[in-house]
Amino acid sequence: MRHIISILMENEAGALSRVAGLFSARGYNIESLSVAPTEDPSLSRLTLVTRGSEPIIEQITKQLNKLIDVVKLLDLTEGPHVERELMLIKVKAASGSQREEVKRLVDIFRGHIIDVTDKSYTIELTGDVCKLDAFIATLKGDDILETVRSGITGIARGDKALHI
Amino acid sequence: MELTGAEILVRFLHDEGVDHLFGYPGGAVLHIYDALYKQDKVKHILVRHEQAATHAADGYARSTGKPGVVLVTSGPGATNAVTGIATAYMDSIPMVVITGQVPTALIGNDAFQEVDTVGITRPCAKHNFLVKDVKDLALTLKKAFYIATTGRPGPVVVDIPKDVTGACTDYVFPRKVTMRSYNPVVKGHSGQIKKAVNMMLAAKRPIFYTGGGIILADAVKPMTELAHLLGFPVTNTSMGLGGFPATDRQFLGMLGMHGTVEANMAISHCDLLIAIGARFDDRVTGKIEKFAPRAKIIHVDIDPASISKNVTVDVPIVGDVNSVLKTMLDQLKVSERKPDGEVQAKWWQQIEEWRARDCLKYSTEGQLIKPQHVIDTLYKVTKGDAFVTSDVGQHQMWAAQFYKFDKPRRWINSGGLGTMGFGLPAAMGVQFAHPKATVVTIVGDGGVQMNIQELATCMQYGLPIKLICLNNGFLGMVRQWQEFFYEERYSQVHVEAQPDFVKLAEAYGHVGMRIDKPEDVEGALKAAFKMKDRFVFMNFITDPGENVYPMVPAGAGLDEMILI
Ligand SMILES: Cc1cc2nc3c(=O)[nH]c(=O)nc-3n(C[C@H](O)[C@H](O)[C@H](O)COP(=O)(O)OP(=O)(O)OC[C@H]3O[C@@H](n4cnc5c(N)ncnc54)[C@H](O)[C@@H]3O)c2cc1C
Ligand SMILES: Cc1ncc(C[n+]2csc(CCOP(=O)(O)OP(=O)(O)O)c2C)c(N)n1
Ligand SMILES: [Mg+2]
Repeated sequence: MRHIISILMENEAGALSRVAGLFSARGYNIESLSVAPTEDPSLSRLTLVTRGSEPIIEQITKQLNKLIDVVKLLDLTEGPHVERELMLIKVKAASGSQREEVKRLVDIFRGHIIDVTDKSYTIELTGDVCKLDAFIATLKGDDILETVRSGITGIARGDKALHI
Repeated sequence: MELTGAEILVRFLHDEGVDHLFGYPGGAVLHIYDALYKQDKVKHILVRHEQAATHAADGYARSTGKPGVVLVTSGPGATNAVTGIATAYMDSIPMVVITGQVPTALIGNDAFQEVDTVGITRPCAKHNFLVKDVKDLALTLKKAFYIATTGRPGPVVVDIPKDVTGACTDYVFPRKVTMRSYNPVVKGHSGQIKKAVNMMLAAKRPIFYTGGGIILADAVKPMTELAHLLGFPVTNTSMGLGGFPATDRQFLGMLGMHGTVEANMAISHCDLLIAIGARFDDRVTGKIEKFAPRAKIIHVDIDPASISKNVTVDVPIVGDVNSVLKTMLDQLKVSERKPDGEVQAKWWQQIEEWRARDCLKYSTEGQLIKPQHVIDTLYKVTKGDAFVTSDVGQHQMWAAQFYKFDKPRRWINSGGLGTMGFGLPAAMGVQFAHPKATVVTIVGDGGVQMNIQELATCMQYGLPIKLICLNNGFLGMVRQWQEFFYEERYSQVHVEAQPDFVKLAEAYGHVGMRIDKPEDVEGALKAAFKMKDRFVFMNFITDPGENVYPMVPAGAGLDEMILI
């Protein structure tokens, strides 16, 4: 099963490599990983997507908790939650009809065109993984010049909050 | 008052109660060695190889419960220490390893003797730090000792660049440290404990399986009391030996790959397995599906990640064994119920039948010295009261089987990593910690050569260790596997050229003895132990074909032992 694990950890040099090292040393897989400092600059928030059977996920959360730098963690997939990913995608937009078509798709997917040249559009799109995948699928493969995805971040629904 | 980083380090060690520092100098730690030179409170022990420094500190820690402390230089000093750090990590031994680092301005430049010590030791230490500012030094050291000694203990590495040891700042000893990200659990969940106690009272075929956690927590007293109160059989892992008196009737010996018939059969037939401070290692369980197949399992451990890692348990209890055992005892003492005497008597009757198989019996006939006979005699001659360290191999298992440890912290071996070369330097650490005690190291002819240079350290400090080399001329443990499982294709296990160990010992200034007749074993041991202030290297020429029995082949169940 797919799990989204949200981790609050000390924002210290090397903290991220402890998490990454744990996954490679124990043979767990990381599907995506996103990290940034929180409103409290001494803390980092890390969102990690992984897959595994229940016992494996249990070991993963226990081992993560055991890392000295980890302050708290939460398996978001255990409760209602929102997940989002940011994608920046550069596509061909040369002819008038192509520009029209892309613009229309962007509107349908509620994205934004954030950079324009006479040959290309750069689009910003957020959503869950399915939405971003669907957007890519609707474009012609040849038209995609570049994609960048941030990896999933997520947060629990309701009043529940992961903080210290 | 302003002090340099080096002075702060040395002052801190003293304030923290460190009396011995095992180390080896080099460029990156010159300031620190200068600060050591100017004081006499922290005693520095100069080893002959950094690996030995870590094992000595480890032996010091295992025999005292206090953290062992190591100081090495950057680069090769640090990499030489890695084996010892990993050894301590696998066995959860509290240790603080201080490594020198190149100056901060040079980090990352492939500077002379630079390695990424923090990167290299990350997966084999409980935690590690790189100190970038002298102002952080004292608090970081405090954190290192705190992390190393609390919760599930382990080694912590503190990497200190040379410029940090030269820079100055004010020093105040940090008496306490709190960390928001690190708060080990102590008390077990009382509801879970209650459940466990009820299961114990109802069990028909219970057994205690206890490990290194009992030793690490100094919980022998409550553990013994609990076992006596309930009258249940007890088996120990090799790390747990001494955690319950080996001469007690309730003790079934070690379990696992080279465990006794009574321990392994009792595990295979029990209906309640009470695991305390043990981690279900694969050397213990054999084939997981066949491990305690009929049992409900209670598991007490301070590390949640140890629980249900290899074997799914029914009643997990996360907490310090000391605290959990005391709660169990309190609950039992007020309980009206007692284990059913008749049912227990039947279980014991069955166990005694297994015990009667006398699985550790060995032949004493023939012209060759049996290694078991040496350990048996050693036990008698030292009256069971020695500190015994061992190396890794067949001799280690014979030591575990034949030396009956009634007290904790007396049996010191590398269990988890199985590090050859551990025995001799570990014995040095033990002897430094207990200058008056009888310290023995049991080694093989292979492993002893992995840190043989430490004979010089033993000479320098006058350590009266007794070294028992069970010399079978082979890398015996590997030879045994090749005999059993590779149709006697003895590939690279015959160590053909051996030094003359007697002369070697003498060259280092020690006493050397060579013993090759069974009838000389006892006399030689007695003579050696009479030399109270000498290091004696006893080279016992033993039967090269002897194997360790019982043996559970890899992948088999505990009840599928190969017996003699
Ligand atoms: C050649 C060779 C052969 C071997 N054969 C055998 C064999 O036949 N049988 C055998 O038993 N071993 C054998 N070993 C050793 C084996 O590899 C393991 O090291 C050993 O079984 C582990 O012991 P343990 O389960 O007690 O765990 P340890 O490594 O001692 O771990 C201690 C456990 O206690 C927990 N703990 C620590 N402190 C506390 C506390 N305060 N409160 C609660 N819990 C705590 C820890 O979290 C950990 O889970 C062999 C080793 C070698 C090298
Ligand atoms: C550093 C290291 N290298 C290799 C091994 C694998 N190994 C385990 S036991 C053993 C043989 C040890 O031989 P010896 O020291 O003579 O002891 P014996 O088994 O003969 O008693 C070896 C090579 C190990 N445990 N550690
Ligand atoms: Mg040998």
